[in-house]
Amino acid sequence: MGSLNIESVKKAFGPVEVLKGINLEVNDGEFVVFVGPSGCGKSTLLRVIAGLEDSTSGRVVIDGQDVSATPPAKRGIAMVFQTYALYPHLTVRNNMGLGLKQAGTPGAEIERRIGIASSMLSLEPYLERRPAELSGGQRQRVAIGRAVVREPKLFLFDEPLSNLDAALRVNTRLEIAQLHRRLKATMIYVTHDQVEAMTLADKIVVLNAGRIEQIGGPMELYNSPANEFVAGFIGSPKMNFVDGARLGETAKTIGVRPEHLTVDPTSGSWKGTVVHAEHLGADTNLYLDCEKAGLITVRIFGVYDAEPGATLYATPDPAKTYRFGADGKVLK
Amino acid sequence: MSTATRSLPRTIGAHAILLTYTAIALAPVILVIMNSFKSRAGIFGAPLTPPTPKTFDLIGYTTVIGQGDFIHYFQNSLVVTVASLFFVLLFGAMAAFALSEYRFRGNSLMGLYLALGIMIPIRLGTVAILQLMVASGLVNTLTALILVYTAQGLPLAVFILSEFMKQVSDDLKNAGRIDGLSEYTIFFRLVLPLVRPSMATVAVFTMIPIWNDLWFPLILAPSEETKTVTLGAQLFLGQFVTNWNAILAALSLAIMPVLILYIIFSRQLIRGITSGAVK
Repeated sequence: MGSLNIESVKKAFGPVEVLKGINLEVNDGEFVVFVGPSGCGKSTLLRVIAGLEDSTSGRVVIDGQDVSATPPAKRGIAMVFQTYALYPHLTVRNNMGLGLKQAGTPGAEIERRIGIASSMLSLEPYLERRPAELSGGQRQRVAIGRAVVREPKLFLFDEPLSNLDAALRVNTRLEIAQLHRRLKATMIYVTHDQVEAMTLADKIVVLNAGRIEQIGGPMELYNSPANEFVAGFIGSPKMNFVDGARLGETAKTIGVRPEHLTVDPTSGSWKGTVVHAEHLGADTNLYLDCEKAGLITVRIFGVYDAEPGATLYATPDPAKTYRFGADGKVLK
Repeated sequence: MSTATRSLPRTIGAHAILLTYTAIALAPVILVIMNSFKSRAGIFGAPLTPPTPKTFDLIGYTTVIGQGDFIHYFQNSLVVTVASLFFVLLFGAMAAFALSEYRFRGNSLMGLYLALGIMIPIRLGTVAILQLMVASGLVNTLTALILVYTAQGLPLAVFILSEFMKQVSDDLKNAGRIDGLSEYTIFFRLVLPLVRPSMATVAVFTMIPIWNDLWFPLILAPSEETKTVTLGAQLFLGQFVTNWNAILAALSLAIMPVLILYIIFSRQLIRGITSGAVK
């Protein structure tokens, strides 16, 4: 109970086309993450699914029912917003209960569901407080609780972690992952952070300029990106792209991930000088200015001592090198 | 006691300027109230001195209260002001919400049209308004005044409120939509409480000119039953003899209701004026 089908959905604001025909299928219980750079249309797509924006054309089908003309409250969805969007004049309890009250759910049932949700999110001590008396992390938990209470077919998350600080973000990410495991509900999650996408998703949808670039599991996108955009977007630090002609290759662009390069002070394929070294403890990022390949990033696991100005040779792992054609697509 | 951010001469200078301004602003009001408690001879003999036991006289107030109708004039003023204020805030906020919240063709043009009234004084249209009121049989009714004042107050209200409504988080309104709240509930329960400070600002700016207006009561509703306080006070202004005691007493009394309304709104008002600047 919670499948979603999006059929050639288009959305235009005046002359600007934000979504250029989106087709997507989400199965029951899946955790799907929409990821892409800002302005790629991921939030708009989420709003179309929620019913907060009308699509210009196309259909949104939830659980086999065309909901394109159904108001948000009747779609069986719940949404968690980036800015929490709690009702400032209501207590935590009433914030969570309002949607159900509005739908005419009996009081006892509302209480029962608030009880379950608040114990799940350890919100019991705060039930009688107002949002202004809570910290950022607590507010976001209340917002998640408000969604849980509705027992929706579809959870929608709109960059829920962006307003939290780094430590809290990791905790809340974990909580959302556990929540998904417990509820086994279908969740759709929008983020621009590829780490969130990789850690949470069953299925990642990479969007760019209003189009879906690729759909797949985290490892699928990492190991076999369909095109240059996905290859560059997934993985951190970013994949190195080298002009094929400079290496004497037939492909337009050669891509190799920083972690798939090895360095040696004496010999290797690409000779270069160290421009900058970032020591992160667990690994080291080196920026090399190579004669053949230009500026590339190399990620070395563990500590590696390299002074700027030193000469190093970088060698790509031939099995993990990607070749892209003139249209940006991967050449097999 | 100089610190990095303030020095003594500067503090004194700033306070001197502010105190001078306060004195200038308050002097006429104090003069009116002071003289309203004096006898006629006291007013003319020494207008700038406070009432002494010799000059103290409540004749002004007894005349005003004894005039009987004056309570009625007050009532009229209050009805007109409160009703106009209510409609200005209600319709102003609704229009502002529509302008800031919904995308529709001609949105910005509509906003400009609604704000046009700020630049064009409504009194230019007095003749047309009078004709309209005569034609619709509203002359000498409080309804006429309420309608005119509502129209007069709306442009500024729409202009100020739509700026503030744009700042209300979209996510909050959308959360309400997902929870099944109607657009009216979202407007009244979620948005209005958040723009309350700016509503108070608009209320004060709207209220004072309405309460003090002489022009429209004189033209549209000069009858005995519909006279407002400012018009009623004219009763004591004669061509040959002016009853200064009564006029000053009437004016002193007329200050009170606005003052009370102002105090109610002022706490919110200060937040309204600064909230746009700081956050």
